[in-house]
Amino acid sequence: MSAAVRVFVPRDSAALAVGADEVAAALQAEAARRGLSIEIVRNGSRGLFWLETLVEVATPAGRVAYGPVMPEDVPSLLDAGLLSGGAHPLHQGLTEAIPFLARQERLSFRRMGVTDPLSLADYEALEGWAGLRAALALDGATIVQQVLDSGLRGRGGAAFPTGIKWKTVLAAEASQKYIACNADEGDSGSYADRMVMEGDPYMLIEGMVIAGLAVGATRGYVYIRSEYPQAIAVMNEAIARATAAGFLGENVCGSGRAFTLEVRKGAGSYVCGEETAMLESLEGKRGVVRAKPPLPAIEGLFGKPTVINNVLSFAAVPLVLSRGPAFYRDYGVGRSRGTLPFQLAGNIKQGGLVEKAFGLSLRELLIDFGGGTASGRPIKAVQVGGPLGSYLPESQWDLPLDYEAYAAAGAVLGHGGIVVHDDTADMAKLARYAMEFCAIESCGKCTPCRIGSTRGVEVIDRIRGNQNREQQVTLLRDLCDTMTHGSLCAMGGMTPFPVLSALNHYPQDFGLAESEAAKP
Amino acid sequence: MNPPIELQVREVLASQPVQDGALLPLLHAIQERLGHVPPEAVPVLAEYLNLSRAEVHGVVSYYHFFRTTPPGRHVVQVCRAEACQARGAESLMAHAEKALGCAVHATRADGAVTLEPVYCLGLCASSPAIQIDDKLHARMTPARFDQLTKGLL
Ligand SMILES: Cc1cc2nc3c(=O)[nH]c(=O)nc-3n(C[C@H](O)[C@H](O)[C@H](O)COP(=O)(O)O)c2cc1C
Ligand code: SF4
Ligand code: FES
Repeated sequence: MSAAVRVFVPRDSAALAVGADEVAAALQAEAARRGLSIEIVRNGSRGLFWLETLVEVATPAGRVAYGPVMPEDVPSLLDAGLLSGGAHPLHQGLTEAIPFLARQERLSFRRMGVTDPLSLADYEALEGWAGLRAALALDGATIVQQVLDSGLRGRGGAAFPTGIKWKTVLAAEASQKYIACNADEGDSGSYADRMVMEGDPYMLIEGMVIAGLAVGATRGYVYIRSEYPQAIAVMNEAIARATAAGFLGENVCGSGRAFTLEVRKGAGSYVCGEETAMLESLEGKRGVVRAKPPLPAIEGLFGKPTVINNVLSFAAVPLVLSRGPAFYRDYGVGRSRGTLPFQLAGNIKQGGLVEKAFGLSLRELLIDFGGGTASGRPIKAVQVGGPLGSYLPESQWDLPLDYEAYAAAGAVLGHGGIVVHDDTADMAKLARYAMEFCAIESCGKCTPCRIGSTRGVEVIDRIRGNQNREQQVTLLRDLCDTMTHGSLCAMGGMTPFPVLSALNHYPQDFGLAESEAAKP
Repeated sequence: MNPPIELQVREVLASQPVQDGALLPLLHAIQERLGHVPPEAVPVLAEYLNLSRAEVHGVVSYYHFFRTTPPGRHVVQVCRAEACQARGAESLMAHAEKALGCAVHATRADGAVTLEPVYCLGLCASSPAIQIDDKLHARMTPARFDQLTKGLL
C-alpha cells in the first residue's frame, strides 16, 4: 500500500469557528469510504482567514491549498483529485505562492500554519530551541545585550525597548524574580497573540525561558484572557510536553538552571491587560491599576522584580538569539526595528495576519494585502492599534507604519490590530462606543476615566441629538483634554484618540460643517 | 440530589493546588463546577484564604466573567467590539434578542438561554463572531444564527 497522503486542516480557533472540525471529519469519512489512505494533520492557521477552512495537501511540488472549504465540498474535492493537488474551483495553488503570503516577511510567524503546534519534532525541525541553546551558552548580561542590540521594542502597545526592561530586572537584587507574559489581548482587531499560543506555543515558551535565563528568574506566568479557551488548552498541553522533554523544569536542557511556567486565566476585564492591573489580577485581586513608580521591573509580581512582556515580544526573542541581533535589526525603519505582525480585521475582503518589516504603508496593507472592503464599498475609516487607537482617514494611509511617524500624526500602532470600516459607518456612533467601552472597562481608580467616560457618552448623545450641538462639542473637547491629562493609565488617557480623531476627521457624522474638521 | 452548595465549594477547594494568588484560579474552578459563583461561596473562600468577605466579594464583582446567579441552560454571546461592528454586529445583536426572545444581559423566562455581549473573541478577521456555550462561530448571518440556535429553545 502506498504511504498515506498528508492533508492539513487547521485547528486555530478562527478555523474551528467556520467548521474546520467538520471538514476534518468529512475528509476522514469520505477518504475511508473511497479506500484512500490519508493522514490528517491539525496544523496552526496560515492566517489567511478569508480562505479558512484552508485545507492543504502535501504533494511532491510542495503544499497545495484549497479554500475556503466547507464540509459539503469534500466529495467534489476528492473527485477532483485533491490528494494530488488537482484542479477545483477552491484550488489556490501552492500555499507559499499565494501572494498574500508570498509578499510577507515572516520571522516570528515562519512556522505558523506549517507545523502541528504541539509536535516537539516539528518545532525542533524548524529552528525550534536554537535560540534557547544559544542563550544557555551565554551569561545573563550578554543575552540582555543581544536583545538590546536587536532594537526590539515591546509589541503590547507602549513600544518600550525590551532590552532596557530586562536590564533593570537583571540588575535588581532579589530572592525571587518573575517573568510574566501579557496574553490578555483585549484589543478588537487583534489576534496575533492568540495565533502564537494556539499555533506555535513552544516559541512563546522558548522566549520566556530565555528571558528567565537573562534576568535570573526561575518562575513564569502566562496571563491569558478567559475568552481564549483554546489558547489556554494548547498552552497548558505545550507546557506539559516541554516540561516532560526537559525544556522547562528544575534543570532546563540539563543546564542546572530552573524555569517553571504556569498559565493563569483572566476573567473578562480589558484593563487587566494594563501591566500593573495584570499583576494585581495574578495576585488574585481586583484588576486595579497601580501607580508607578515603583516600576514592575523593581517591584512587580508579589513585590518582586518582574519582566512583563507581550506574547509577540517574547516570540521575537528566540530568533534574535539564534540568528543574532543584527539579523532582526536589519528589518524595519528608523527606531522601529524588526517586523510587526499586522492583523487585518473588520470589513476587509482578505482579512488575516501580515507580518512585515516596519515602514510599509497602511494603504499597502488595506489594498495590496486586504483587497479593499468585504462589502465592496469604499473604505471610510481605519482604526489602528485597538480600541484606544485613532481612526485614520484616507489622507493618512500613506504614512509609514512606524512608531514615531504614527505618534507624530496623533495615532498609534499599538499591537498592530487594523479594523476597517466602510462608508456606512457612523463615526459619531463609534466615538460614543469608545466612551462606552471606557465606562464599562474603567478600573475606577481615577475620576476623569471613571466619570468622564460616562459623561462622554451623554455628551455625544446630545451632539447626535442636536441639543446645543456647538456647545456640547466644546464640552466634549474639554472632557477629552481632562481625560488625556488627568488619567493614571492609557485606558482613560487614550480613549480621546478614537473620539477626537472621529470628530476631527468626520465632523459631518456629528452634524457639523466640513470646516469643523480644521479645528484641532 | 446535589450536596449543599457549601459542601460542593469545599470539595472544589480541596481538589485545587495550594498556590500563590489563588483566588482567581479558585473562582474559576468553582464557576466551572457550579456554573456560577454562588454567594454562599464567599465566606468559605474568605476563611480558606484568610481574606475578608469584602475582599472576596470585591474580586467576584469586579470581573465580568464571574456570575453570581446561574445562567440559562445555554449561553449565547454576541461580540459587539469594533471589528464585529464593522460587519453588522449591532443588527445581529438586535436579531438575536428577537430570535431568542430575551434581551441582552438577560435570561429567557423559561431559563433556556442567556444572551450576553462579549468584547472580542479574537475572530476579528472573520467577523461578526458569536459563541454558543463552548463553541465559536464566525462569519455569522441572521439565517445561520437561527439555524444554530433553534435547537436551544
Ligand atoms: C488599558 C490597557 C490595556 C492593555 N492591554 C494589553 C494587552 O492586552 N496586552 C499587552 O501585551 N499589553 C497591553 N497593554 C500594555 C501593557 O500595559 C504593557 O505595556 C505591556 O504588557 C508591556 O509589554 P511589552 O513591552 O512587551 O509591550 C495595555 C495597556 C493598557 C493601558
Ligand atoms: S485611567 Fe481608568 S483604567 Fe486607568 S487607572 Fe484610571 S480609572 Fe483605572
Ligand atoms: S471584534 Fe468581534 S471577534 Fe474581535
